Amino acid sequence: MNSSSRRVKLAVWKFTSCDGCQLTLLNCEDELLTLAGRVQVAYFLEASRATVRGPYDLSLVEGSITTPEEVQRIREVRQASRYLVTIGACATAGGIQALRNFADVGEFLSVVYARPEHIRTLERSTPIADHVPVDFELRGCPVDRRQLLEVISAFLVGRKPQVATHSVCMECKRRGLVCVLVAGGTACLGPVTQAGCGALCPAIGRGCYGCFGPAESPNTGSLARRWRELGKSPAEVVRAFRTFNAAAPAFQEEGERHASG
Amino acid sequence: MRPGRTRTIKVDALARVEGEGALRVRVRAGRVEEIQLRIYEPPRFFEALLRGRDFREAVDIVARICGICPWAYQMSAAQAMEDACGVEVSAPLRALRRLVYCGEWIESHALHVYLLHAPDFLGYDSAVDMARDHPEAVQRGLELKKVGNLVMSHVAGRSVHPVNARVGGFYRVPGREELRDLVGPLRRARDLAVETVRWVSTFPFPDFEQQVPYVALRHPTEYPILEGKIASTDGLEIEVQDYDRHFVEVQVPHSNALHSLTRDGRPYGVGPLARFNLNFPGLPEALQSLAREVGTIPPCRNPFRSIVVRSLEMVYACEEALRLVEAWEPPAEPAVPVVPREATGYGCTEAPRGILYHRYRIGADGIIQEARIVPPTSQNQRPMEEDLRAFVQGHLDLPRDELTWRCEQVVRNYDPCISCATHFLRLEVDEG
Repeated sequence: MNSSSRRVKLAVWKFTSCDGCQLTLLNCEDELLTLAGRVQVAYFLEASRATVRGPYDLSLVEGSITTPEEVQRIREVRQASRYLVTIGACATAGGIQALRNFADVGEFLSVVYARPEHIRTLERSTPIADHVPVDFELRGCPVDRRQLLEVISAFLVGRKPQVATHSVCMECKRRGLVCVLVAGGTACLGPVTQAGCGALCPAIGRGCYGCFGPAESPNTGSLARRWRELGKSPAEVVRAFRTFNAAAPAFQEEGERHASG
Repeated sequence: MRPGRTRTIKVDALARVEGEGALRVRVRAGRVEEIQLRIYEPPRFFEALLRGRDFREAVDIVARICGICPWAYQMSAAQAMEDACGVEVSAPLRALRRLVYCGEWIESHALHVYLLHAPDFLGYDSAVDMARDHPEAVQRGLELKKVGNLVMSHVAGRSVHPVNARVGGFYRVPGREELRDLVGPLRRARDLAVETVRWVSTFPFPDFEQQVPYVALRHPTEYPILEGKIASTDGLEIEVQDYDRHFVEVQVPHSNALHSLTRDGRPYGVGPLARFNLNFPGLPEALQSLAREVGTIPPCRNPFRSIVVRSLEMVYACEEALRLVEAWEPPAEPAVPVVPREATGYGCTEAPRGILYHRYRIGADGIIQEARIVPPTSQNQRPMEEDLRAFVQGHLDLPRDELTWRCEQVVRNYDPCISCATHFLRLEVDEG
């Protein structure tokens, strides 16, 4: 038995996405070679033309499911993987491309494509967990580098990843930032959005726009009322909940409440 | 190979490119019969989902077209919206945008040069494999990439999907001292980039010349990143808003993908080679000397040498970023006010992979009515196929595995970003 066969086999898979979450792994410049020494990178097409057959100990999955072929392929990935972790808003909530879920996909097709009858695409963009069991979901558009390393490290040693599910507000408090919503009157999704980015937007005086999806038990109704008091129209509230995590249940429901009103 | 035999070169999933694509070359009786660069990355309908959004939201939405060059998308979109609203950002805001863009060039070029492209020249499957024999080179690449990402995150919050892009400017601009934190890392990166130029210049380059004209922005006083006229090596020089009058997209049955062509039906190439050939005088004198020293000067028509040009552009981006940091005087306001009006706006910037054209029609209420986005990889598809055809025809004597690998390298010469290209590609399924 050679040494490489004893190492953990890591695979990275891409479905419908922008590559940004896989890139976040390559952006771990200080840790990348150490990681490559600890694990066998068995399948990572963006980085290597060599591929090793499964089964894989840990599969990282980027992207949402938008084609019949992807429905089949994710089942194969699941079967070949001991642990399957989804990374990013596309894989965990359907991504920006899930905006089609609220529209007529045939109409979308005709806007972009001259011969829509030849396109094979599903009517909805769905998260990986709608299709196969998922062992852990890491949020973010894109995922946060430190959280990604935490998740990989945790699975390597067989412990539960420590990823907070509270809201961005906690990160603002921790950083000592002045609240952009309460003090600045800026529309901010921070109170209902999961932490993880480190409160990047409030730190530059901008309202959070929801990259990490709904926090645990989000009071979206109350926040939407506050936005209305700040002068935002129902259409603006709908659009705020309909971005990269539009199909995450809590955001989807709040969006629908204002779309119908 | 015996005459009369049919030989098929297939790569079902191209590696070390951004996104999903496949390659198929069919050779019969010693002649290349068919070339297919098939894009199977699923479409995401950005042009459709942008309609009905506020004109200020586009910069955050289009970032998600590409995780590797989000700033390019944000800048082409911001520019188009500002054009529609009749607004120009102030000189310092423009300088800060250019600085972040330099960071993106460094990050994207370092990724491609070291992690995606160099392994082809040295015969490794990946940079991780290459690191066993060339650890110092891979470390250098990672360090360069890290500095590119640092420039982006320092000013724009994060390098993948930056949060500080805004129609009219920024949400917040850094102070003088804050920006000077970048001086040390950028000086170090510049030295590493110069080493990179010397290193990649020692690679074996196949004797290969392409014939297509090149198209890039051209600027009278600087190497183009954010603006300029659209120029070609055929003598074209037009304003950005005239792009659609000179270039078209056509559907090609065998490739299942849209290709960009000139109005009279000819392919053209965009990216580092195009910029370099059209803007060499815009590079600083010392950099021109370095280019001469390593033997890569215009006209450079060998796409394999794009790795040298990308490396030269990294040196440029480091030096330009240093200049911008040292000259930085923060403006009083982080953005200029922008009021929407009913209009069509145009934007074009030099993404790491070439010109990225955006056009939007917005209403007086600021709602987007129509969007059109032409990414660099769409424009480079036809030249990629032409290169494959010519390269395979000239190298039929190579063993099959070797030829397959070289074909992949021909595609990787362009640093194709298939994720970018696909939101507009017309994927066709043969249902026969």
